[in-house]
Amino acid sequence: MNDQRAGSPADPTEPVRPVLRLSGVNKSFGPVHVLHDVDLAVRPGEVTALVGDNGAGKSTLVKCIAGIHPVDGGSIHFDGEPVRITSPKDAADLGIEVVYQDLALADNLDIVQNMFLGRERTRGGLLDETDMERAARDTLASLSVRTVASVRTPVSALSGGQRQTVAIAKAVLWNSRVVLLDEPTAALGVAQTRQVLDLVRRLAERGLGVVLISHNMNDVFEVADRIATLYLGRLVAELPTRDTTHAQVVELITAGRSGDLGLPRAENVAL
Amino acid sequence: MTQLSPNSSSGEERTEPTDGFAIDTTRRTTREALGDYVARLRGGQLGALPALLGLLTLFVVFTVLSDRFLTLGNLANLLGQGAGIVVIAMGLVFVLLLGDIDLSAGTASGVAASVLALHLVNNGNLLGAMGTAVFLLFCGAIVLAVVLALMARLWIGAGLATLGLLLVVLGVPANPWLEILLAVCVGTAIGCLTGFLVARVGIPAFVVTLALFLAWGGVVLQFVGVGGTLGLRDDVLFAVANGSLPVWGSWLFALVAVLGYVALGWGRHLRQVRAGVVTAPTPLVLGKLGAVVLLALVGTWLLTLNRSPNDQTVIAGVPYVVPIVLVLLVLGTLVLDRTRYGRHIYAVGGNREAARRAGIDVVKIRMSVFVVCSTVAAIGAVIYSSKVGSVDPQAGGGNTLLFAVGAAVIGGTSLFGGRGRLRDAVIGGTVIATIDNGLGLLGQPAAVVSIVTGVVLLLAASVDAVSRRRAAAVGR
Ligand SMILES: Nc1ncnc2c1ncn2[C@@H]1O[C@H](COP(=O)(O)OP(=O)(O)OP(=O)(O)O)[C@@H](O)[C@H]1O
Ligand SMILES: [Mg+2]
Repeated sequence: MNDQRAGSPADPTEPVRPVLRLSGVNKSFGPVHVLHDVDLAVRPGEVTALVGDNGAGKSTLVKCIAGIHPVDGGSIHFDGEPVRITSPKDAADLGIEVVYQDLALADNLDIVQNMFLGRERTRGGLLDETDMERAARDTLASLSVRTVASVRTPVSALSGGQRQTVAIAKAVLWNSRVVLLDEPTAALGVAQTRQVLDLVRRLAERGLGVVLISHNMNDVFEVADRIATLYLGRLVAELPTRDTTHAQVVELITAGRSGDLGLPRAENVAL
Repeated sequence: MTQLSPNSSSGEERTEPTDGFAIDTTRRTTREALGDYVARLRGGQLGALPALLGLLTLFVVFTVLSDRFLTLGNLANLLGQGAGIVVIAMGLVFVLLLGDIDLSAGTASGVAASVLALHLVNNGNLLGAMGTAVFLLFCGAIVLAVVLALMARLWIGAGLATLGLLLVVLGVPANPWLEILLAVCVGTAIGCLTGFLVARVGIPAFVVTLALFLAWGGVVLQFVGVGGTLGLRDDVLFAVANGSLPVWGSWLFALVAVLGYVALGWGRHLRQVRAGVVTAPTPLVLGKLGAVVLLALVGTWLLTLNRSPNDQTVIAGVPYVVPIVLVLLVLGTLVLDRTRYGRHIYAVGGNREAARRAGIDVVKIRMSVFVVCSTVAAIGAVIYSSKVGSVDPQAGGGNTLLFAVGAAVIGGTSLFGGRGRLRDAVIGGTVIATIDNGLGLLGQPAAVVSIVTGVVLLLAASVDAVSRRRAAAVGR
């Protein structure tokens, strides 16, 4: 594991089989080529941090996995099986949950209604509000949300951090296999950041594959098992955290290479 | 699906009273609940309050100005006059909730009314009445609607449209109940076409429905004939908006409605209390139930008094439009508040992208609301046609649609989507009918009625806009 090097996520000597594996994923928005041949493996029980500069393509990659954007090329394997994810529902059915950077909550609905959106529980054809409210309250309680007066508060009345917590709780509520969090702590205070990071660890301990996107290197080094770096839409390195240093990661983010890590020199110059 | 509670193993987190959502209150005292309500009003969430206050003002003004306004006969008449608009507005609320608009709902309802009238007058022989070419085009349009509904997997819409096609093609002899069904099915078919163009093709609703507004107006003219009028000579069809339940039937209806309402409302409250979830304070629930029951009983009592203007006849009983509107209101509210479909409508209206990411089929939901709107508008068409007893080339044209949109907006439905309830349409529609009726009694010409209605609508829209600004200012 220590000799793990960039660009070989599918190395057969790896101890844990990835639950989610992307190979050669490409994505363009019209003329803008955003993702170039991205290979990424998400292993159960591990936190993979996805880092990169603004506009590197992190959110785009997450949205491709979530079925928001169709991929232009490349393949996605889930549990070793090739899968096609063409809609958010496909992703949810596989057990992939996403906390989006631009939070996807409906302002006019309350917390419970948002957490169960698209997967409402029913009894006799009618919504089972009681059951949903209880489940939502239990999940939120486990996330230690202290500042919300009621789970029936409309989301429009929540602060940015509270919305963030609801979005995370929404992803945690489901019995998911992979959770992707796109900058979940960006809007949070110190205490809530702490809770989210703890939660991220706990999810991994439960055997979920977790992908955490963050610009905060301290957070990344604290919770991540592996650090994957995107540079201008290319995945230039995927390294175990314990084999890397802050300086290396920062260099990878800003220049796409660090020493013999990352892009080969020639291609780097070509870029 | 099973639930993952990351902390459920560490039980102390749950029992610790100050932790997490343990501070979340499920029970509030009446005082707190009222305080919350006042805070919400201050925060700009006015709901139906301005419309109710406006209605009260109108009643006072007209009662003072006209001694005929607050008479039993006039109030019953008011119900019949307002019902058509109210029903069309209820259908429109579904579309408005998505932040879309259906400008064609009025003339679409006119098409339904004219098909109904043609079918009735010609004893089911639409082929003869329309002429071969028009008839084939008409059938083709319905077939197209069925196909589009099937493609979108809108089974109910496809089913109703198919039924309409059968009624048209089979040429069943005239029967008032079948005519009503036919009108509703034609409405459904029209909705499938509108919904397809808006949701699937992606043309803005404003443009599609403006075009269809003109087109359906032309279709009505084609069906009815320039200068023609199709009289609805049928007892059942006449009774829809002009007849009343017998006195015993009125009381039976009131009893069933009141008991059902109390049983549902109180049962729900008890269940919430037992389950320990968020619920309103018991005194408030009781107060609300009591007020509605009282209103219903007083209303029934008034409507069962003799309201005949002369001594020879007796007119008493609850007008049929009351149960019709009430059933639609209850069913529609149930769908919007208690089913997944309704929840998804609010979600798509609140944040379309969030709904899409939650796996909701946004295109299907958008298409379906236009189907609902036109279908319900057709029911409205049956009512207003019954009121005047005929269908003319103007059916559903003129102010019908704008009054219906106005009704929904005056009642508190937002044009920006995501906010509104069916009862808004009922309250707003009553406001508009009251203006129309009151000014009519005062002998004011149509010009004044239109101007006053326009001003009231403007007022309502300003209340909506100002309350939104206020809501934004207090961060809600
Ligand atoms: N819907 C879209 N249409 C066109 N271009 C897009 C779209 N979404 C993203 N892009 C482009 O793709 C590139 C990557 O964007 P992305 O949001 O994935 O970056 P990011 O790594 O998440 O950045 P940040 O750290 O700022 O969140 C950007 O250049 C952006 O302009
Ligand atoms: Mg991003």
